[in-house]
Amino acid sequence: MEFNELYQEIILDHYRSPRNNCSEQEASAGNCVKHENPLCGDELLLSVQLDSKGGWIEKICFAGHGCSISQASASMMTEAVQGLDRRQALALVERVREMMRGAEPDEELGDVEALQGVSKFPVRIKCALLAWMALKDALDGGNGNYQTETIHEQGRS
Amino acid sequence: MKASRTTAVDVTKPDRESPAALNVEKIRGDFPILDREVKGEALVYLDSAATSQKPQAVIDKLVECYTRYFANPHRGIHTLSQEATEHYENAREKLASFLGAQTSGVVFTRNCTEAINLVAYAWARRRLGPGDRILTTVTEHHSNLVPWQMAASDTGARLDYLPVTNDGYLDLSALDDLLTAETKLVALSGASNVLGTVNALDELIRGAKRVGALVLVDGAQLVPHAPVDFDKLGADFLAVAGHKMLGPSGVGALIARPELLDEMEPFMGGGGMILDVRLEGSKWIEAPWKFEAGTPPLAEAIGLGAAVDYLSKIGMERVREHERKLSAYALERFAELEDFTLFGPWNPDHRLATFSFNVGDGRGGIIHPHDAGTFLDGMGIAVRAGHHCAKPLMRRLGVVATTRASCYLYNTTAEIDLLVEGIHRMRNFFAGA
Repeated sequence: MEFNELYQEIILDHYRSPRNNCSEQEASAGNCVKHENPLCGDELLLSVQLDSKGGWIEKICFAGHGCSISQASASMMTEAVQGLDRRQALALVERVREMMRGAEPDEELGDVEALQGVSKFPVRIKCALLAWMALKDALDGGNGNYQTETIHEQGRS
Repeated sequence: MKASRTTAVDVTKPDRESPAALNVEKIRGDFPILDREVKGEALVYLDSAATSQKPQAVIDKLVECYTRYFANPHRGIHTLSQEATEHYENAREKLASFLGAQTSGVVFTRNCTEAINLVAYAWARRRLGPGDRILTTVTEHHSNLVPWQMAASDTGARLDYLPVTNDGYLDLSALDDLLTAETKLVALSGASNVLGTVNALDELIRGAKRVGALVLVDGAQLVPHAPVDFDKLGADFLAVAGHKMLGPSGVGALIARPELLDEMEPFMGGGGMILDVRLEGSKWIEAPWKFEAGTPPLAEAIGLGAAVDYLSKIGMERVREHERKLSAYALERFAELEDFTLFGPWNPDHRLATFSFNVGDGRGGIIHPHDAGTFLDGMGIAVRAGHHCAKPLMRRLGVVATTRASCYLYNTTAEIDLLVEGIHRMRNFFAGA
């Protein structure tokens, strides 16, 4: 059933043992963006550090609370973008967004591919994209000197 | 907490015989949507606190309106307009009699939120100023909270909040401090859309009257589920949501003491509410019509009239008793569940069959309500997941969101069993058992 496509074992694994999960203090100490999903009240703090030359994502961690999809997606995202440069990471964000619109990924995306099932659950796409949009914001905000708080209007009560 | 019950909103009926039980199977046959399947399973609709489903009689009434007498009411000399006017005004009479109100005190609005905003604009903004106080509660739906924040900010009045106890009752012990001579308005819900608690309206209204404050009751949750008599209640305003009481979407009502409406200036200006319009200024017609600027939700109001007929025929006491029994059954079943947190009273006499809860994930956290909502939907069970438009209450409860299952006259104990089964399966799934 569709349900198992959504909650694939790999998603449950990232949900139960999230990678690069840190405390709120740790996340907000660095260069940090905060995204919220007003529909469910989920919050995600994402801290991204580029290397000293401003090229690669050197350290990335997230804190906050949310559903299994948003937490697993955040965990997968932090793994997937480690070591990528800004342009590569933003390209990956776009690829994941395309995937949420139902497109087949045009290259191997590793664990992230497990998120494909979410595209069949329109109300959950925002959960899956929360971390990716936070990353996009963080990278669009400037070269390691961003301190923005963006509240995305992603739904209403 | 000492639970004070009211005669106008009698949810306990301790001294009377129980009203005849509902024939739920027959009732279910009146709701065509309940026949449908979701994800290959029979629909279990447990989201009536968000909106109720519609009986065929209401759907037929909409069709009748659009096929027989649809025209702009109060505006035409022609037959269709006269008939439309007649049916529209007839719906007003039905709603008035259903709620023990006077017909001239029933203003049709687009929804319950607009009814509350009408009072916030047409009354609060014109009467309140610095030094005045409005009392509401931390349990309110945003629709009975944000309009008062806005009105307070515009007028310089102060907004106070009655707290809630840990077991989900309004904390009446705080009333003495919060009800002051400066309190001009008390705005509170008849029942909480999250906790399900039926508030002690009698005691709260008595307190408000003692200090000379007006009282607005947000009846969105209570009116569909229990007998409410506006006159006996002693409130000044009652806001009603049509779609939550089997009526169509797009119609609500403000019930008010007619003399208050007479003293109030219109909320919105436009067609249908004027006596005369000159370039120098205009004069209004009388209440309630002066509050109904623009073409009204005609078919919707007439459909609401049919919903009221449907509920009246069954009898609100029987609806209440059915849901009280459903509550008692659900609470018994919930008590068996491990790692299950119910937000709200465990006493079926003090609550509606609206249950907000969270389920543990077996690792010290909770299964996120969005996951719960998706999981249960996979079994055909429709519940609400989120903050239920009550973020201050979520913060008070120390949660981000909850899962909410809410019943109505068409729900059965078998559906409660399916919900409990779903919760079991969900826990096994997410806890990895």
